[in-house]
Amino acid sequence: MSNQKVSTKRASATSYKVSFRDRFRTALKLHKENSIQTLLDILRQPTNSLMTILVLAIALALPSAFYLFMTNAKAVSQSWDGGIKMALYLEDSATEKQAQELLTELNLRPEFEQVTFVSKEDALQEFKDYSGFGDALDYLDNNPMPYTITLEPTASFSDPVALEALAQELAELAQVDQAKLDSDWIKKYNSILTISEQVATFVSLMLALGVLLIVGNTIRLAILNRREEIQVIKLVGATDAFIRRPFLYAGFWYGLIAALLAALMVNVVFVLLKQSTSQLAQLYSSEFSLLGLAPSFTLGLLVIGALLGLTGAWVSVRKHLKDINPQ
Amino acid sequence: MIEFHQVFKRYEGGHEALKGVSFGLPRGEMAFLTGHSGAGKSTLLKLIALMERPTRGQIILDDINISNVKDRQVPYHRRKIGMIFQDHRLLYDRTVYDNVALPLIIAGVSDRDIPKRVRAALDKVGLLSKERQLPIQLSGGEQQRVGIARAVVNKPPLLLADEPTGNLDPELSEDIMNLFAQFNQVGVSVLIASHDLGLIARMKHPVIALKEGRTIRNELAEVDFA
Repeated sequence: MSNQKVSTKRASATSYKVSFRDRFRTALKLHKENSIQTLLDILRQPTNSLMTILVLAIALALPSAFYLFMTNAKAVSQSWDGGIKMALYLEDSATEKQAQELLTELNLRPEFEQVTFVSKEDALQEFKDYSGFGDALDYLDNNPMPYTITLEPTASFSDPVALEALAQELAELAQVDQAKLDSDWIKKYNSILTISEQVATFVSLMLALGVLLIVGNTIRLAILNRREEIQVIKLVGATDAFIRRPFLYAGFWYGLIAALLAALMVNVVFVLLKQSTSQLAQLYSSEFSLLGLAPSFTLGLLVIGALLGLTGAWVSVRKHLKDINPQ
Repeated sequence: MIEFHQVFKRYEGGHEALKGVSFGLPRGEMAFLTGHSGAGKSTLLKLIALMERPTRGQIILDDINISNVKDRQVPYHRRKIGMIFQDHRLLYDRTVYDNVALPLIIAGVSDRDIPKRVRAALDKVGLLSKERQLPIQLSGGEQQRVGIARAVVNKPPLLLADEPTGNLDPELSEDIMNLFAQFNQVGVSVLIASHDLGLIARMKHPVIALKEGRTIRNELAEVDFA
């Protein structure tokens, strides 16, 4: 009897130990269970989680929309780059003969691919055709248009800075009133673009912080709701990792679902805008077509959303689980 | 199994719950802790489970000085102890089975072993037929037995019970105490805090009586501090 008692004593004294392999397997199983369970919890209680997810989705959709806008704005300006042209407007006093001489002179320069002479009549005709003021021009006594020479630089001479210097040089010539590069407004456009990009980056960072805080607060409430349960499982020997796992998964799902929703929102807006922008582009006889969210960006959005959710949950769990101890 | 050496516990705010308590509970022994409420019984149990840390003194559990157990290791420390409470502390949104399985899941016991061990524990407390029910559908005595099954399912070497029969009528109380005695028979060390003096007297196990944080009766002499 006493012998038997000793052996059972030893068995009971060691049986709370679990093999590493079993613990590892159980951990994997718990990850699977926790991830599925938290996802189901979120989906099953749409009233609880829908508001949070919608707010998160909007916070993620705005930066994505900014990004989409910036990508398109850049694509527009890139379609202009390389095609910078220069126009020389001659003095009113210049004669056609002088203009033709200048033309020959310019034709000899290596910087230009093509040099075109636009007569006063052609310029007027073109203006009539494109400006919509054609009828009004009929009331003018004489043709107000100057002789114009348009210059297309060779591909090897398309550097905006060098062209700028060249334009200044040509403006100094006699007969020439003004030398205009059509890159001036591209520059303005690009610097506005740079500023918008900075503003968008700043706003996006603030929104990302917002996502962290929203997820953190949602998880905080979830933890407080389950305060007693957490106390009980701490009493029966749960590690912090065991307790925080479901909350981290909840944060992960919030972020991921919100990011999916955000991608969906941006794509809906994109489809709505695509029609009207292609009409606008046609009016400008441009072949520009609105760029959608690239698959890599959508993937990045999902990853960022999930990471933000996870991080928000992590911060919250770290802060609040410590405060809950069994009494 | 448990050694207390001049243990003091002063709570924030100045209340001194324990004022120099010393005793030793041998491995495989069952003992009672008595005293009026506020005498320090619960504090003593909490110190063993590391729900509180002593202000002074040494506590040795299973040959380990638990002052050295870091916060991160506390969960593993608690897995050596089965704890039973007057208010059961069950999870009321889970079935009896899930409640009892909880310590096994936490400890990482493999799937194929869990049902077997949960049913063995439920069988011991006589609740095998109620595994699918929710705790709320059970009587107070049955809920307490679920708590006991949960405490023993992991086969810990030590059981701590804080007023396990506090809300039960005398007959049920005796059943519960006999249940503890049965676990003790198979080698588990048991320490029960209770103020049911009549029942304790009938059980014929060593008694430590506390009064205002001091031992006024100590049938478990302190072992020499190695």
